[in-house]
Amino acid sequence: MKNLPLLFCGIFFALAFSFSGLILSSHKQLGSLTRTTETLVPSDNDPTVMVMPEGEPLFPAMPGGIEQQGKEVYISMGCIYCHTQQIRRSGFGADFDRGWGPRQTVARDYITQDRVLLGTMRAGPDLANVGGRIFQQGGRDWHHLHLYNPQITSEGSTMPPFAFLYEEREIDGAASKDALKFPPDSKYAPAAGYEVVPTHRAKALVEYLLSLKINYSLPEAPIIE
Amino acid sequence: MSNSSNESPYSANSAAVRAELSEIDSSIRSAALFFVISAVSWLMVGTVFALLAAFKAHEPDFASTFEFLTFGRVRSAHLNAMALGWGNNIIFAVGLWIMARLCRAPINHKGLLLVAGIFWNIGLTVGIAGILKGDITSVEWLEIPHYATPLLAISYALIGVWGVMAFRFRKGDHVYVSQWYILAALFWFPWLYVVAQIMIIWFPARGVVQSVTNWWFAHNVLGLWLTPMALGTAYYLIPKVLGRPIYSYYLSVLGFWALAIFYNWAGVHHLIGGPIPVWLISAGIVASVMMVIPVIVVGINHHMSVVGLHKEVWRSPTLRFIVFGAISYTLVSLTGSAMALRSVNEVTHFTHFTVGHSHHGVYAFFTMIMFGGVYYMMPRLLKREWPSASLIKIHFWASALGITVMVVALQTGGWIQGLEMNNAEIPFLETVQNTIPWLKARSISGVMLTIGHIAFAINIAWMLFAAGAVRAKQGPTLLADTKEGGNV
Repeated sequence: MKNLPLLFCGIFFALAFSFSGLILSSHKQLGSLTRTTETLVPSDNDPTVMVMPEGEPLFPAMPGGIEQQGKEVYISMGCIYCHTQQIRRSGFGADFDRGWGPRQTVARDYITQDRVLLGTMRAGPDLANVGGRIFQQGGRDWHHLHLYNPQITSEGSTMPPFAFLYEEREIDGAASKDALKFPPDSKYAPAAGYEVVPTHRAKALVEYLLSLKINYSLPEAPIIE
Repeated sequence: MSNSSNESPYSANSAAVRAELSEIDSSIRSAALFFVISAVSWLMVGTVFALLAAFKAHEPDFASTFEFLTFGRVRSAHLNAMALGWGNNIIFAVGLWIMARLCRAPINHKGLLLVAGIFWNIGLTVGIAGILKGDITSVEWLEIPHYATPLLAISYALIGVWGVMAFRFRKGDHVYVSQWYILAALFWFPWLYVVAQIMIIWFPARGVVQSVTNWWFAHNVLGLWLTPMALGTAYYLIPKVLGRPIYSYYLSVLGFWALAIFYNWAGVHHLIGGPIPVWLISAGIVASVMMVIPVIVVGINHHMSVVGLHKEVWRSPTLRFIVFGAISYTLVSLTGSAMALRSVNEVTHFTHFTVGHSHHGVYAFFTMIMFGGVYYMMPRLLKREWPSASLIKIHFWASALGITVMVVALQTGGWIQGLEMNNAEIPFLETVQNTIPWLKARSISGVMLTIGHIAFAINIAWMLFAAGAVRAKQGPTLLADTKEGGNV
């Protein structure tokens, strides 16, 4: 080949084509998505236009402060390399049948996130709605035991223990209210007179996991009871 | 096309042309050697992280008290050490050297190239230390923290410009297929890298636009950076060693443009079923299937170029590795096209099948061809032969068998994992436990690859710090007995 301008134009336009086709056009289509109410109602002025009813909460919710800190821990531990955060539609894979979420996740579910952690590997289960499956104080206790050593709650799991996010210390006076509640006779429990307490990073990570919930409808993805 | 010019450097028969090539080789020697040594060092570092990650995947308690060695970080340290440490350094060595030779343009200002290379490796060291420290970004293929990436981008620019400059000041007006591939890749990589950094890390795009950008980038690192460099190397060295031209000029044109047009749309197949507009994913699937065209075309062209000369291929260290890589290119690409089909993807997505597939591409194809390139280049740079044919054989067999075991284990185990994961009656924990035997087989394959890498590194070190016996050695180091000499 001798026609160099043609060669160079070809090289340039080959990538420019997919850059505009995939990146710029998805940015155009999705870049202006905003939060919305769970359902839309016809406008008073023009019934053919659907609008958000006033006074209804907007979704997806904005993340809270400690949850944001927990997400930083999730990122720094590389949780994404074994856990996804996306629920596929009913009938494609078994995401629904496994009870991982009440509806598929859509683009709007991710718009409040500075870093989107969809993931591509399920050496562990999907976490998009883990806060909807494991919740409240019981869920908090479960997560701490599971992070401290997954074998306590899920024997045979290949998840690594994150015991370095916890501190084992001598009980000084009264036991801490944060101390991990080991099952009776657990071989992972600390010796008598000692307790295991979560560090701030562990607490933040668990609050983040508890906050991961798909418990709201979106106009384009309603939860069907 | 070989007859288009008697002076064409890829069929160098005359002493004058060989002398010219020798002059070019010596102009790039110090930089190329620096890149080879860096690449092999990163290969060893990446191998250690690989073994740790592989072992931790089935023995989660192993070294689990060290935060910096937690699975997610070690795995990412492995990926970046291999892709940007081994991959980019060996591309800078072999790719720039081939470019300089084909352009018949000695590299000027080689000191600056060396400085850029040093900064590339400093940036990478800082980046990988940052990953282990916990500043990992958790964006796949872009894990290096933001404080190291600008240094990487700047030093890349200085290195990449060299290839373009060599091209700009080339002699002769014929441009060989390897030059198209290398020139295009040198131009594509910085575009991909800068766009991905800006849209994901520096000024994050809204929601899943990040994910689309992420996979456009990550898949194109393979498709528009590693692949063209490896194909360019194969296109240069197959005719060079065998002393006969590439089978068809027109097939090489078709293969190049089909790759350029289709490959860069394919990456979104990593998001099949995800929260992405369906038309985007369909575009990715169509492009992935269209990749069959350049793959078959390149496969035919390479196959027809070596057909009938299998003995020569087998005794040449260079071609033994390169032909293994070229065959792997066909196999891995056809697997990849199949994996993009929704019905297949439903099983393979989110499983170890994909991990097996990426190692099939990056190791069995790219890395094997680059090993072949090093076996050809080093004797010409150092004017010294390879010290040990046995070490080359150990390297070949350990790598070839090791990667075969790895791909078979991960893809069989991954397929089973996918089928079980799609059956909600099987508890999730059971799907995890059933992967363990396959993950153990992966660890064994990792040990085999390690043996190969150690043999490779010893041979290189031996050659660099050669004893008199190696320096005095006459004739190329071949892998089988032969009456007459020949190219390596």
